[in-house]
Amino acid sequence: MEPTVMEKALDQLDSAVASVRAAIENVQAAEVADAAGALAHGASGGAIDPFVFRLAIFVLAIFVGYYVVWSVTPALHTPLMSVTNAISSVIVVGALLAVGISASGLATGFGFIALVLASVNIFGGFLVTSRMLAMYKKKDK
Amino acid sequence: MSANLASFLYLVSGVLFIMALRGLSHPTTSRKGNLYGMVGMAIAIVTTLIYATPSFNGFVLILAGLAIGGGAGAVIAKRIAMTAMPQLVAAFHSLVGLAAVMVAAAALYAPESFGIGVVGDIHAQALVEMSLGVAIGAITFTGSVIAFLKLDGRMSGKPILLPMRHVVNAGLAIGLVVLIVLLVTTQSHTIFWLIVLLSLVLGVLIIVPIGGADMPVVVSMLNSYSGWAAAGIGFTLGNLALIITGALVGSSGAILSYIMCKGMNRSFISVILGGFGGETAAATDDGIERTVKQGSADDAAYLMMNAQKVIIVPGYGMAVAQAQHALREMADKLKEAGVEVKYAIHPVAGRMPGHMNVLLAEAQVPYDEVFELEDINSEFAQADVAYVIGANDVTNPSARDDKSSPIYGMPILDVDKARTCLFVKRSLGSGYAGIDNTLFYKDGTMMLLGDAKKMTEEIVKAMDH
Repeated sequence: MEPTVMEKALDQLDSAVASVRAAIENVQAAEVADAAGALAHGASGGAIDPFVFRLAIFVLAIFVGYYVVWSVTPALHTPLMSVTNAISSVIVVGALLAVGISASGLATGFGFIALVLASVNIFGGFLVTSRMLAMYKKKDK
Repeated sequence: MSANLASFLYLVSGVLFIMALRGLSHPTTSRKGNLYGMVGMAIAIVTTLIYATPSFNGFVLILAGLAIGGGAGAVIAKRIAMTAMPQLVAAFHSLVGLAAVMVAAAALYAPESFGIGVVGDIHAQALVEMSLGVAIGAITFTGSVIAFLKLDGRMSGKPILLPMRHVVNAGLAIGLVVLIVLLVTTQSHTIFWLIVLLSLVLGVLIIVPIGGADMPVVVSMLNSYSGWAAAGIGFTLGNLALIITGALVGSSGAILSYIMCKGMNRSFISVILGGFGGETAAATDDGIERTVKQGSADDAAYLMMNAQKVIIVPGYGMAVAQAQHALREMADKLKEAGVEVKYAIHPVAGRMPGHMNVLLAEAQVPYDEVFELEDINSEFAQADVAYVIGANDVTNPSARDDKSSPIYGMPILDVDKARTCLFVKRSLGSGYAGIDNTLFYKDGTMMLLGDAKKMTEEIVKAMDH
């Protein structure tokens, strides 16, 4: 029993090392998450899809969000909405990829629209939040 | 830049976004939090630019997009009036929704750029994630547009109840699921646009039946949706910053919706199903002649100047009348005369979470004089005067005492426990919920009929002599 387990583990280690090498060699070409995914893929002996790791991050982030948002003081709920609005425009990274490296004209067009919309939100969201937050003052004593 | 380094930097910007929200736990740390958010965003953008290494033309196009959008955003942020905040937030939500749709469309037409396959052969999993993102994004878009129109007064705040709307909505939702399955099997672009179309319609239908005073829930809910849409796209692109942010925003909006629902003692489902406040309650007209005590600005000024403690209760009416500055002046006069002044805020006062706090902050009311319902409610019994301005349903004692009232069980501010309750109101009509406020007929209540701002200004004048 034991040797086989050991062998299996060694095999997995081998494949993990191989995929790390492959990842290092191919990094320029590989897509961001695919490389990260390949690493995870190798380490887990090919049994776990990279999606699972993304899902894990997603679920943990929901919990982090849950606890962090409950600690926000109700007085700042409006700035909370405008700042969450601003950070959700990080979707701009998708727009940048589409505009930056798209071959297709249509995709570039869609990407450009997304880019403009998201930048309205990024600048508008952060600026209006800081405008609001600047108004909250303590009693001067 | 290596893919691993890029992934790591996206993680850094995700963490910075968490710290941005964390900063909002207190006004003193909030500004730093906002700065963390900006840095996180800058890191995400620069990382993508270096990683994707766009062509010269692509780079010019990107700069142009950033300049156009960023310029417009900055101008809007600078010019917008604080009272228009709920509309602005709704409008911003719609932009995130539409951006999600557009990014998904770009990914569909050029999947190679995103590493999810080639046209006609996109990975099934990426297609499912993408279609979820696009459906939620499109619902967010039209839903937010409707919310914007209602909040901005360009559309009546009254709920619009279409016949069979629950059946129609359920049908559309089932249709969406079928279309998503079809998209995965056929990879057809037509089906993709059908999903978009169906979701756009669904977004309108979901928000149209929800009335004006339920808007705090709607705005928070759309906030949540925009997060889930971003997360859906994040999964498609395998981007950590997007996944983390989507989860943060999604749960943040969900918590705010929950807080708002609790503030109204209503279930989330009943708000979503809509129709509240549409029919005016017939029960209010029981034919009994009840007397209302009316007062003038001079009476109010006299009462408050001779009080020891005054609690001000602002509501949506204060925002409409833009009375916050006059109110602050009044409070200043009272403080000069040695009167203790505090503000009490109901969780659902106004049209979005924290709406009243922002307006009071704008009028330079110090935040440590402003209290939440649970922190101040016990103090009304010791207060000489409760000055209710532009709030109605949230002060109605029937919510506490009358089991047959439609708003029974809703937490209220106990303004009736103060020795005198001054109630500023334009007329004696019922509030949004269409429910008669029994507070008007209590002995300790004095009605000040008139515009919230004018009345407050007159009181300030009366305090001078």
